[in-house]
Amino acid sequence: MQPLPFRSRSYPSPAEAEHIHDSELEALKAGDEAAFQSLIHRHHGPMLRLAMSHVGDRGVAEDVVQEAWLTCLRSLDRFEGRSSLKTWIFGIVINVARARRRKEARILPFASFWRRDDSDSRRPTVDQSRFGSDGMWRAGPHSWDNVPESKVLGGETLQKVKAAIESLPPKQREVILLRDVAGFEAVEVSALLGISAANQRVRLHRARAAVRKMLEEYLG
Amino acid sequence: MNCRQVVELMTDYLEGTLSAADRARFEEHIAGCDGCRAYLAQMRVTRRLVGRLADEPIPEPVERELLEAFRNWRLP
Ligand SMILES: [Zn+2]
Repeated sequence: MQPLPFRSRSYPSPAEAEHIHDSELEALKAGDEAAFQSLIHRHHGPMLRLAMSHVGDRGVAEDVVQEAWLTCLRSLDRFEGRSSLKTWIFGIVINVARARRRKEARILPFASFWRRDDSDSRRPTVDQSRFGSDGMWRAGPHSWDNVPESKVLGGETLQKVKAAIESLPPKQREVILLRDVAGFEAVEVSALLGISAANQRVRLHRARAAVRKMLEEYLG
Repeated sequence: MNCRQVVELMTDYLEGTLSAADRARFEEHIAGCDGCRAYLAQMRVTRRLVGRLADEPIPEPVERELLEAFRNWRLP
């Protein structure tokens, strides 16, 4: 398992971050193939998930990722590093995916691909029947510490996670993918999606709570 | 703070956006509540498991094509 990217207080200041990415950007601009290869390896999974969240179909999503990389290459010379390289790349993925979805939607209307979108609602995320009239757990969740690690980390659990993410409303899915799969900071996601810090947090909360719920059904 | 309120503050807590006073009350509740402690641990595991979706190897043909595009990119 990949270690959880450490992302709390020690996040570098914007100036430092830019400096870190600078060397990678310089390498790319200089035509360093190894740098490009490392970049596409690192970002492929998160980019594919993000594209799939927009276009639904995996094959189309793979096209979107490829087109996004080609767009990056075409515009790289004009990229001045005002945002981090990673933010810039993911911004392009989102744009390409959105354009592709509009195109696909003209061909076959996007069916009820998701339910009603309550992404920004503050309604409770936990079934209220689980609490007594005093607001305390009637039957609290069980610790997963006793679930065998092989089950927690197993392929079936991963499938549950994928299914849970796919069933999320798009706005929540986008945020949880950018935060927990692509590893962006909260401020970066707010900027990428053009949403407030509060909305970013609410969507993340609803998304994680929904995935947790589906995992609880499986892990106990 | 009761459990019903605490579960809805989990993300604010993990994001470090609770006020100092709310954070203290949250932690005080958690310290004495097995259910909420388990829930918080589950949210952390959930975050980690979602992170595993990143492990998706790039298909070889796609990689080859992109590397070729990169090589050609510098050519006039
Ligand atoms: Zn509690």
